[in-house]
Amino acid sequence: MDDQTRSASQWAPKESRPPPVSATGIAGWLRANLFSSWLNTGLTLLSLLLIYYSVPPFLDWAILSATFEGASREDCDMAGACWPIVGVRWKQLIYGFYPEVEHWRAVLAFALLLVALYFGLYDKAPGRKYGLWFVCAYPFIAYGLLYGGFGGLEYVESPKWGGLLLTLAMGVTGIAVSIPFGIVLALGRRSDLPAISMLCAVFIEFIRGVPLVTLLFFGNVMLPLFLPEGMNIDNYLRVVIAVCLFASAYMAEVIRGGLQAIPKGQYEAAAALGLGYWRMMAFIILPQALRISIPGIVNTSIGLYKDTTLVSLVGLFDLLGMARAINADAKWMGLEIELYAFIAILFFITCFAMSRYSLWLEQRLARGERR
Amino acid sequence: MAFGQLVAGPAAGGSFWNDRRFRGLLAQAFVMGLMGLLIYFLVSNTLYNLEQRNIATGFWFLSQPAGFEIQMTLIPYSAESTHGRVFLVGLLNTLLISVAGCILATLLGFLLGVLRLSGNWLLERVIYWFVEFTRNVPLLLQIIFWYTVFLGLPHIRDSIQVAENFYLNNRGLFTPAPVLGEAFWMVAVGFLTAIAVVWLLSRWARKRQEATGQIFPAFWAGLGLLVLVPLAVYYAAGAPLDWQYAERTRFSLRGGMQVTPEFAAMLLALTLYTAAFISEIVRAGILSVDKGQREAAAALGLRQSWVMRLIIVPQALRVIIPPLASQYMNLTKNSSLGFAIGYGELMAVFGGISLNQTGQAIECMAITMATYLVISLSISAFMNWYNARVRLVER
Repeated sequence: MDDQTRSASQWAPKESRPPPVSATGIAGWLRANLFSSWLNTGLTLLSLLLIYYSVPPFLDWAILSATFEGASREDCDMAGACWPIVGVRWKQLIYGFYPEVEHWRAVLAFALLLVALYFGLYDKAPGRKYGLWFVCAYPFIAYGLLYGGFGGLEYVESPKWGGLLLTLAMGVTGIAVSIPFGIVLALGRRSDLPAISMLCAVFIEFIRGVPLVTLLFFGNVMLPLFLPEGMNIDNYLRVVIAVCLFASAYMAEVIRGGLQAIPKGQYEAAAALGLGYWRMMAFIILPQALRISIPGIVNTSIGLYKDTTLVSLVGLFDLLGMARAINADAKWMGLEIELYAFIAILFFITCFAMSRYSLWLEQRLARGERR
Repeated sequence: MAFGQLVAGPAAGGSFWNDRRFRGLLAQAFVMGLMGLLIYFLVSNTLYNLEQRNIATGFWFLSQPAGFEIQMTLIPYSAESTHGRVFLVGLLNTLLISVAGCILATLLGFLLGVLRLSGNWLLERVIYWFVEFTRNVPLLLQIIFWYTVFLGLPHIRDSIQVAENFYLNNRGLFTPAPVLGEAFWMVAVGFLTAIAVVWLLSRWARKRQEATGQIFPAFWAGLGLLVLVPLAVYYAAGAPLDWQYAERTRFSLRGGMQVTPEFAAMLLALTLYTAAFISEIVRAGILSVDKGQREAAAALGLRQSWVMRLIIVPQALRVIIPPLASQYMNLTKNSSLGFAIGYGELMAVFGGISLNQTGQAIECMAITMATYLVISLSISAFMNWYNARVRLVER
């Protein structure tokens, strides 16, 4: 005992040496992440080269040599981008041919969309219980607002809609319709009634097997042949129907994936409690399945939102269609790239935000599972 | 899990109303009846409308002359050719862009996916932003953007000479065209023979390794055979291949092979867009392989390259294949966007121009949709087969 205490008091370990300079601070980080080996150094140089050849020319075109003010093409010196085209035409890009005095309705619809997104996407929003009712009602409110024709609101027919307004209207409608339809189709495909499951499977596989363009053309060229004489559906509605059918089939497969991931025990436990099919689905299976499939649903929604650009091929003036229409104007000839860049940035911001949201949600859901 | 497996048979003592089987039959009969009514409604309307508009149904128009030109064709075609021929031209163009796009997108996607995991921070960031930007901008916009860029190239008079005999202008890239000599079939036969030999060789090598443990470098031997045999045959047959060069005339270029701006824009946009998705799939696949697998392989003393080839890749492929298959299908379906810029694929020439010229909307759309459906289902069948082959066999 005595021995031990003595040796402990005599022997003290040396201070540990600081890590070498090359392993700490900026130098260490650079070394570990950029120059850890010959190959890594080569990759760093390659990346620098890529950046050098892409970023400065782009910045030069978009900002440094660009013209920001002007009233027509002649005001641009063409050394860089000619942004006045966006400045002059931005109202068309946002609202299409929506009458100028009624623009406030579109603005209100955009603002309400933000409110609906807040309640729909953020699960800690105060008063979310009531907010979700608002989310469900939003598509109807927005359509009422945009179409008008009641309570002093002037009727604005759909051919006048355009630009971002049309893109968002179609995207929101597609998402809002495809989720309930997707649930029905997914349940139908997994049903044990052979006729129903076969019907749903054929529908889903058919829609997923053909390109959206053909469906849009189908709606455009063939729907008038299928309907009785005199029953006329306007172009917008035809296209929306095609988009909704398309989105529903993809949504159904995402939700089916969620349904398949629910363990068998959940079904058995629900059946043991004496729940019938509908109660079992509504209270036990679907809430869990939908929660699992939220990331997939968001991804499908992003895809759908991007795919709305295809309607410009059947004569609708969404963002892309509007840009192509503006390009045809002799006053602004040859400035396609500026408009496309502007639209690309709009799409990038919205889609990127949605995909980050999906990622964030995925991590949060995973946290719940880990607990 | 089917509901019927849980709750079987009629409830004891219940009336037939409460019998599940009876209810099931009733529901199905109801849905089928509804479908029948819908189909009757649509068909009768269609027949009436067709009669009103004096449109004769039938596929007779397929043998009528089409009367329009198509810019890029893989088989001989002229304005006198039939609409049936138009369909073939369109189908071949669709297949060409799809196959080329799938191959390039897979190569680029794997490269990007692997490079993102290389541990180089800067490269990882560069690829991240490239992938995010490409994924989040609509494909149609990208196609139109690249098309606009290519059309902005100099006029054919002022073609840029990229390399000897390669000219770039707003009508595309002019390259030398291969002219196959009479004896070229021998090279093709040589190539096919080489493939057969390589297949046999790899079988033999595997069998020998399983029996004796000796390793035969089948990959390098196979690669050598695939290159050397056709090359040897080529020179033995007297080099039966000539190049026809594009010639500069005063105002234009004549001869050679022309890669049209439509094709280039489609290929570039489809490749970049799909590669962005594939790179994410590949990255997720490689990350899904447990770290312990790598460590265990290293503990067994396997070489680094073998760890990748024998341990990581086979396991990652199981995760990669199913979403990769759906990307291939997406690419094929997306090739129909060639419609927007006039690339002569199926939807553009047959579903678009032929439909407009003949007015046979139903027939043209039905054929077009059926063709896409067949292509999609074939890809999915092939991928299911492949997936079943690489699937983990559980005891």
